[in-house]
Amino acid sequence: MNNINFLKPNKENLNLFLVFGTLFFALGILDFCLNNFYEKNITSFLPGFISFFTPLIFGMIGLYLIRIEFSGIKILDELNKNINTNNFNAALSISIIILIIFGVAPLLNWFILDANFIGDSKEACTGGGACWVYIKVWFNRFIYGMYPNTEQWRVNATFIIVLVFMGLGYFFPLKYKKYLTFYYVIFLPIISFLLIYYLISGGEFGLEWVETGAWGGLSLTFIVSFFSLIFCFPIGMMLALGRRSNLTVIKYSSLSFIEFWRGVPLITVLFMSAVMFPMFLPDGTYVDKLIRVIVAITLFEAAYTAEVIRGGLQALPRGQYDAAKSLGMGYWRLHLLVILPQALKLVIPGIANTFLALVKDTPLIFVVGLLELVGMLNLAKTNPKWLGFSMEGYVFAGIIFWIICYSMSKYSQKLELKFKTDR
Amino acid sequence: MKYKKIYPQLLTLLFIILVFGFFTMNAQVNMGNRGIEFGFGFLSQEASFDIQFSLIDYDGSRSYGRAYLVGLLNTLLVSFIGIILSTILGIIIGVARLSPNYLINKTASFYVEFFRNVPLLLQIFFWYFAALRALPMPEDAPLLLGSSFMTIKGFYTIAPIWNNFDIFFIALILSIIIIFFFNRFAKKKQEEEGKQYPKFLISLGIFIFIPTATFFLGGVDLNWSFPELKQLAKTSFTFEGGLGIPPELIALTLALTLYTATFIAENVRAGIQGIGKGQKEAAASIGLTPSQVLKLVVMPQALRIIIPPTTNQYLNLTKNSSLAAAIAYPDLVLVFAGTAMMQTGRAIEIVGITMATYLTISLAISMFMNWYNKRIAIQEK
Repeated sequence: MNNINFLKPNKENLNLFLVFGTLFFALGILDFCLNNFYEKNITSFLPGFISFFTPLIFGMIGLYLIRIEFSGIKILDELNKNINTNNFNAALSISIIILIIFGVAPLLNWFILDANFIGDSKEACTGGGACWVYIKVWFNRFIYGMYPNTEQWRVNATFIIVLVFMGLGYFFPLKYKKYLTFYYVIFLPIISFLLIYYLISGGEFGLEWVETGAWGGLSLTFIVSFFSLIFCFPIGMMLALGRRSNLTVIKYSSLSFIEFWRGVPLITVLFMSAVMFPMFLPDGTYVDKLIRVIVAITLFEAAYTAEVIRGGLQALPRGQYDAAKSLGMGYWRLHLLVILPQALKLVIPGIANTFLALVKDTPLIFVVGLLELVGMLNLAKTNPKWLGFSMEGYVFAGIIFWIICYSMSKYSQKLELKFKTDR
Repeated sequence: MKYKKIYPQLLTLLFIILVFGFFTMNAQVNMGNRGIEFGFGFLSQEASFDIQFSLIDYDGSRSYGRAYLVGLLNTLLVSFIGIILSTILGIIIGVARLSPNYLINKTASFYVEFFRNVPLLLQIFFWYFAALRALPMPEDAPLLLGSSFMTIKGFYTIAPIWNNFDIFFIALILSIIIIFFFNRFAKKKQEEEGKQYPKFLISLGIFIFIPTATFFLGGVDLNWSFPELKQLAKTSFTFEGGLGIPPELIALTLALTLYTATFIAENVRAGIQGIGKGQKEAAASIGLTPSQVLKLVVMPQALRIIIPPTTNQYLNLTKNSSLAAAIAYPDLVLVFAGTAMMQTGRAIEIVGITMATYLTISLAISMFMNWYNKRIAIQEK
């Protein structure tokens, strides 16, 4: 045993081990890169099976050699602690590093190095990479759908005004803080609805009328999710209270309503709103497609919101109810002033998840023929002048949705911390 | 005080009756105008449309009822595969997120953050229209593992051809029953006499030995059918024989698995993190080995946290599989609420049946969950 002991990494020969370890590690990575990107196999003298695994073997030897505890070098210690605690961990780390190199290099090529950015026709795309020209040319369609080009400022203006109204809530003087809920739940939806009705839809004040069928793209995604979000919250709250009510009829009607919507997929609900719902209305009445869709999504998500809020209501200790009742509060005052503010605080993550699900569900409205971002992509994809760029389109939409959803979930985490109260 | 309780209930009841009455009345008038009569007789009429992919015998001469069954089975198939794969992937990713290894930890959380923040429909489209369309045509497809082909028209692999499959199947079930009784016996022995059997090895032995024995005794025979390239026209090739998995199924399974696995991974992580360190230390201090700690102390408690939200995810997966309609995988929604409804025009009945089917699946699973939750809940004294 003594004669192989010199192979065991020790602190005395720290530099030697460090040099050899790094060398072996670099050799492993080099071998992998040469193999994959330059098609040169520097270990071809070895049998095929071993040659395939040489990057892993070299890397593991390298990591083994630098695994020296308390070496005194800060970076090395950190490295060992985090990715190199034992042989198994080292193997996993190397596999991941190799996988990252294997994945990132071609992706980088496709995204940036080989991609085409300049031009305005399909012919401009000559490289092997992504054709971002396609996104550039279709950008307006992806954002505004079939909305007439000259009228697009109306959509922009509407969104800016709504955003300003939303932001105003932050600047409310303290004195009026208690009206904030009222402002957001009742005033803002009405304002937004009027704006959308008169500005985007038009037809009055000399603005050209644009039918809802022409709306589309990302702006439609926002419109649908915005209204569904605003309406599904109060409905969900009422349903949650109804489900916990002592009154039998109210309890069981809320329960069956919730269970019904939670039990069916959204796509069938949209089917229902498209083909079945007109049958239920008096002959000749016509409800706009967009409104039907928003109502369907609202009812669907309200059921989920209700279940989330119910979770918060159940989590509150009984003492809160008893204390409020002992002060002589009635049902509504008890819930509005004592229970709901606490319960809603508890369920911020759950509600955020429901809202995220709602935003991610909006592409489904293609079922009834409304084309938001994903629907527009599918339309653009079939344009004979621009065949073969579906990948770019989906990647573009994926990035946009990812940014929206990720920032929403991060924001909810921040809210959760802000409202957290220790009991 | 009494009236205060009765009035709101009466009002709710009245409201519900009014809404339903209004809808039914209109529906009757509308259907009368169009000359449709409400009823489910159409289910036995001839469907006269074809379905691309079917687990049971089906052709255009079969009834709408049969088409419904085909769609339902396709939905269940994709949900079943999705549930199994996403569970495996979810557990791996969930454990990886708890790994002390920085690289593994970060890769796993990158995966979770990425895939759960992109709409599922977009992912399905991506796999179907972008990723799988980049595959080679059948005539150019390279041979994988000596037996399979990954082509633009789907994945072709070897298919088993059984002789006397029923005998093999019976033996398989028999072995599972024997294993079940053996485990009960072993548990009883251990509780009474403290004697331990190598349960896992013996079970595995039974599971392998009995079904294998049927090959020699029961006349069971297994052959493999290989996919072979066949020319249909000058430039049109396809594969014959073997097992063909359509690209729609692959894309749908991939997207559902990758999407749902992120949520399951989070559940698994939360479950394992929810077990206090003291539990593990206490278990170790009474002399349990690390694997025993995991099996007897950590897992039973972690599962209690993991299983309820995970079942919810299974339900979501099943419901999300209805997005299949977007890429023309013949599931329940596409076959029944799509094609069959276009042909018969019976919107109310067909959408009603489709919704009722999903509702039944969901309610059955949630009832099972409630029962299970009650069974595993901590019995406080």
